[in-house]
Amino acid sequence: MVEPLSPLETDWKPGHYGHVANGAGVTLSQTQPGSIVQAAAFAGEEKTLIAALKDATGLALPDGAGAGVINGARAAFGIAPGRFLLVDQAEGLADTLSSAVQADTGTLTDLSHGRTAIRVAGTSAQWVLAKLFAIDFALTAFPVANGCSTAHHDIFAHIQRTGETQFDLYVFRSFARSFWKSLCHASEDVGYQVK
Amino acid sequence: MLINCPYCGPRDLSEFTYRGDANRTRPADTSTDQAAWNAYVYERVNTAGDHPEYWQHSGGCRSHILVMRSTLTHEIASVSLARGQKKASARRQQKKRPARRRQEDRT
Ligand SMILES: [Zn+2]
Repeated sequence: MVEPLSPLETDWKPGHYGHVANGAGVTLSQTQPGSIVQAAAFAGEEKTLIAALKDATGLALPDGAGAGVINGARAAFGIAPGRFLLVDQAEGLADTLSSAVQADTGTLTDLSHGRTAIRVAGTSAQWVLAKLFAIDFALTAFPVANGCSTAHHDIFAHIQRTGETQFDLYVFRSFARSFWKSLCHASEDVGYQVK
Repeated sequence: MLINCPYCGPRDLSEFTYRGDANRTRPADTSTDQAAWNAYVYERVNTAGDHPEYWQHSGGCRSHILVMRSTLTHEIASVSLARGQKKASARRQQKKRPARRRQEDRT
């Protein structure tokens, strides 16, 4: 496999920034998953696809729009009707799935090198993300493991809540550096640590 | 303006793209009926009130949706997935045909 290279490059500088007198409100990091795969069911094949994904990965996707599941190094969530994003810290998930999902069930797209995964964690994570996205990030409206598809000034983003105060963002690789800069600016008032 | 996407829930207008008036019916791709294409491309009913229209949640789940929006108040009466809408209206038209109904009576 080709080693995934972060597009953030020189703009990714570990350290403390902004108003950190009272500690950093958020920690920004990259989760660098080995695999990011989109699975899409053909009409009427949604249940079959969900079952095939479960057999292959152990990830049992619950019913419901945006519903998701986190299981150690793997995670998955709904991004559209009959469409799911699956993430694995290990490489090779696309190969595993392509032998598990039948051709008449749906399609798989390997996005491992096409998306950059950014983690926003900390007590002010909700506050920072609310500046960027018109989404209700309250725990009751956006429970742990759930995900959503949204956009920030036309930069598309898939967001999964991976903890009460932790969100994993998947953005287009080619826009990742510019998104990263806006995220850093949005985090200045609460102080942020790049890790 | 908020549009309540059937998949994503209420989202800001900036996440959506307008996809046109849903009052019109697109002729078959192979149609050479000039009047039908003229009606599809140029003729609009210009509704004052509830107006069916297609939108795409382009900055979200990317679903195409059918929205009933008032052109007077922007109030949205209903939103549903556009997928399957054509088949539903075709079925309704089929039921209206008397020949078909007689056939159903016999079976
Ligand atoms: Zn949507």
